[in-house]
Amino acid sequence: MSETLEKIAHCIEFGKINKESPYPPDMKGQDGADEFTKEALEQGYSANDILQKGLIPGMEKVGLKFRENKIFVPQVLMSAKAMSTAMVHLKPYFQSGEVKRKGKFVIGTVAGDLHDIGKNLVSMMVEGAGWEVIDLGVDVSVDRFMKAVEDNPECVIGLSAMLTTTMVNMGTVVNTIKNKYPDRKVIIGGAPLNDDFCSEIGADFYSPDPQGAIEYMNALF
Amino acid sequence: MKSISSELHAGKILISDGAWGTFLHDKGLKPGECPESWNLTRPDDVLDVARSYILAGADMIETNSFGGSRFKLKHYGLAEKTAEINEAAAKISRQAAGPDRHVLGSVGPTGIILMMGEVSAQELYDAFKEQAVALEQGGADAIIVETMSDLEEAVLAVKAARENTGCEVICTMTFEKTINGEYKTMMGISPAEIPEKLIDAGADIIGSNCGNGTKGMIEIAKELRQANPHIPILIHGNAGIPKYLKGQTVFNETPEETASYVSQLIEAGVNIIGGCCGTTPEHIRQIAEKIHDLSR
Repeated sequence: MSETLEKIAHCIEFGKINKESPYPPDMKGQDGADEFTKEALEQGYSANDILQKGLIPGMEKVGLKFRENKIFVPQVLMSAKAMSTAMVHLKPYFQSGEVKRKGKFVIGTVAGDLHDIGKNLVSMMVEGAGWEVIDLGVDVSVDRFMKAVEDNPECVIGLSAMLTTTMVNMGTVVNTIKNKYPDRKVIIGGAPLNDDFCSEIGADFYSPDPQGAIEYMNALF
Repeated sequence: MKSISSELHAGKILISDGAWGTFLHDKGLKPGECPESWNLTRPDDVLDVARSYILAGADMIETNSFGGSRFKLKHYGLAEKTAEINEAAAKISRQAAGPDRHVLGSVGPTGIILMMGEVSAQELYDAFKEQAVALEQGGADAIIVETMSDLEEAVLAVKAARENTGCEVICTMTFEKTINGEYKTMMGISPAEIPEKLIDAGADIIGSNCGNGTKGMIEIAKELRQANPHIPILIHGNAGIPKYLKGQTVFNETPEETASYVSQLIEAGVNIIGGCCGTTPEHIRQIAEKIHDLSR
């Protein structure tokens, strides 16, 4: 594999955004995801190669380390920032259709719940795994989920909840979606959830961490 | 009234209160409704929660203001009522506590991650200051900064309370057990890392709340105590891990089980014991009974 793409993956893994960024301390003053992505495009690498061999492997390492509690939320956020900085350079190629994504992922925190940290982590990491993410935000009503499901055929839906009092609203969303679109996959996550709850409300998959959700979704396509 | 610290200095173990959020939901608070708005619209129900903990034997009660910062209230269009809501929260708890028991003004996280750079440290400090000042105005004699996972945010909240009120300042953080068996906050902070920074910021009492049950708090308390031999420690554990049973969320740590950990908590160096999510006045009553038995 090319050196530049490896460097991009390394910057994503360790959250090195650009040359100015002081984080991580041991990479201070070095080029980051921003510079290396520009460099790779100048060297003639395709946007698809940069995504597949740079960004995605970098984010996968982040997902695995987060699952193993080797890194925590701040490190993931820095990696996600590095990734989105690199993505800016690739955006024209997504828009022109030159780079195809794996599929669409609609995500939101359910009605009554305003927590967004977990939802944002999943959203950023799924994007870093090569999916197009449609983030509906927090306190998302059933109607808004349904509208997004109708507007985005074949999307996977992700529901988030932080509170024991709002997790019950996931059941309503799952029911409404499955009544009309029985084949649509709905995955759930959030601090108070577990596998039993997932099967009780009829959702397709529960993951305690973002990487599990990504592995499930990648296996669907 | 004596300060909490001076009561602890005399060697007493004090009893704190239990859950508020889950209690208010039992009283009809709907998911998505702002719990703190009840201080203005349903003060009698809030007072009833506070009173039930006093009746159960608590030496101190919190206020219904966990999500009472400007940044949280903004989601409900209530940011401009921040001072009014917090002052009302403290008044209600003071009414239940009377002159002799302590009122701990509750200050929870803003939900903002500082390192994302969307809000400055000064803006966070100002929001915590606004909340703490209003809580003191309403009658709180201590401020409890709780459920924190980011040490930087916790330090700002403690400083804001210390520098702008005459209240005692308590700060508790929330740890989870990692797969390696260590306790860390969501942001990767271990119990051993917090005493020095929080004390420097002005905390009189530190500790841990929420999490995965009272039992795990024994290990956390040991680690805090090892990091600092003197600072008073407060523990508010959840009544276990919530389970979902036939459409209802159930916390399965019984009052008996919670009380059974009291002596181990005290041995680990804990000075104040109460509860967090899922605990009830009965949990507090049994904790109080155990503490009284032990001090006999």
